[in-house]
Amino acid sequence: MNPGYELPLDEAAYSFGFLDEYAKREVRRAILKAVSIPGYQTPYASREMPMGRGFGTGGLQLTLSLIGPGDTLKVIDQGSDDSVNAVNLRHFVELTCPGVDTAERTAEATLIQSRHRIPEAPLTEEQLLVLQVPYPDPLVVVEPSEGKRKIMHGEGDYSRLLTKLYEDIVQFDEITISHRYPTRINGHYVIDPSPIPRYDVPRLHQSRALILFGAGREKRIYAVPPYTVAEPLAFEDVPFRTEDFREEHGNRRACARCGAKDSFLDEIILDGGEKTYQCSDSDYCNQQLAMRSAAVEASA
Amino acid sequence: MNKILEVRNLSKIHGRGCPQCFDTTGPAQDTNICPHCGSVVAAHDVSFDLYAGEILGIMGESGSGKSTVVKTLFFDETPTAGEAVFFDGDAQYELFSLNAAQSRWLRNHRFGMVYQNPHLGLNFNVSAGGNIAERLLMSDIAHYGEIRSRAKALLARTEVLPERMDESPKRFSGGMQQRVQIAKALATRPPLLFLDEVTTGLDLSVQARILDLILEIQQELSTAMIVVTHDLGVIRLLAGRTLVMRYGRVIEAGLTDQILEDPQYAYTQRLVASAL
Repeated sequence: MNPGYELPLDEAAYSFGFLDEYAKREVRRAILKAVSIPGYQTPYASREMPMGRGFGTGGLQLTLSLIGPGDTLKVIDQGSDDSVNAVNLRHFVELTCPGVDTAERTAEATLIQSRHRIPEAPLTEEQLLVLQVPYPDPLVVVEPSEGKRKIMHGEGDYSRLLTKLYEDIVQFDEITISHRYPTRINGHYVIDPSPIPRYDVPRLHQSRALILFGAGREKRIYAVPPYTVAEPLAFEDVPFRTEDFREEHGNRRACARCGAKDSFLDEIILDGGEKTYQCSDSDYCNQQLAMRSAAVEASA
Repeated sequence: MNKILEVRNLSKIHGRGCPQCFDTTGPAQDTNICPHCGSVVAAHDVSFDLYAGEILGIMGESGSGKSTVVKTLFFDETPTAGEAVFFDGDAQYELFSLNAAQSRWLRNHRFGMVYQNPHLGLNFNVSAGGNIAERLLMSDIAHYGEIRSRAKALLARTEVLPERMDESPKRFSGGMQQRVQIAKALATRPPLLFLDEVTTGLDLSVQARILDLILEIQQELSTAMIVVTHDLGVIRLLAGRTLVMRYGRVIEAGLTDQILEDPQYAYTQRLVASAL
């Protein structure tokens, strides 16, 4: 470290964005390395956060290291802006980062922290997506030893993951991984893309926005840089496929609230036992609804 | 005849080792534990050549260093000293100076190993077919249909019922597990196969069928093999040439018939005489 370097403190002698400057520098260094080696799980000194590990501490540390005055933050949990975790994280950033705006509209946000979903609306080059990751290593299901896993990653040896896919096809005639689908980034490292559904995996491919993954408990940061190849693992003759939202007649189900037929749907079971489907991305649903009512008004 | 493997002065010490290790161990000293530093000299000064399509036997009692030799050649253990060159068509590989990726490539594409204990060679958490698929996937075949048909053909060749290919090898008998291991080792049609006590612990009729299978494979694919065993019957049946090891040293080497009919060393004489 440069001995003459002084860490900037604001007037109140309290760092912007809760984390001290050393912590932010550590995270930013890890981010630079992660972006330079797409898909590589960069270890970093994960700090204690004022919430339990496993509640998005990795994502929050990334967010707090990246955010600055003038930024607009959107926090999503399971696609929704209004779930407890999302609301609390948003409040926390409002408290600790003066000058930062929060938003629910995807298009308005410069920084999006998310858990379980990538927003439906396409992201832009000006946006950053931070995903919270519970288990960063896709190989953990086939190899318990961390030392061996590192060697396997280094040598690009993912045959045992593929064997797992083979076993799935043998037993169930299709690959049964519903979320955390192993995805090869830039032709080498395979990542665990956090618990996003298969539906969102193609959004990693040639994404316009930088996508960062933070695992606070496991102390890893990795990245899918913009315009990078991301291929889900599959066989030549058994291609990767996303969730199928067709009903028994072969028609695509629509959202019961906004009528959209191009979004990831959550299944909701009503009191009577019937099922209904609704957009998982609440902001997208609201936008669709607003557009619809505007169209109705215009025609009336 | 094409040479496929050349091993020179292979040594392996377990422990820190000292300058006197090699002088104070061996058959003459009747030990392989160095009295000065307590290290175990598992193998010392082992040299041999192997030609394409040949079966070489390595014979000796437990702890004589037979398996150590094979394990170092298959990169399971790193040797203390020595050289080994693998000739693959026009290419030559110095086995002990390759980097990790190169040795993994050779291990997956050009070598095969069948262990005494199926737990070392097979993954019991996946099906028999999955075990073979794993090896094919390691050698960069990514077509599900092709993997499946090749796995089926290999298991049929090694007399495992194709109907049972999607079962875990946990539920197989010992002989069947061993046949799945052989199928797995053969999946990439390697020119060199290591067999470490493959028939030990199996009953006689199963042993006979596995040995038949190994001979047939050698005839069909002209695979070169190194067979490690303490069973003279296996050596007599399979190996054209044999090394006899004791306390980590090769004490006798030559044609199998010669060694079994006219052993030169007292230890080999005792070994041959004690055979049931």
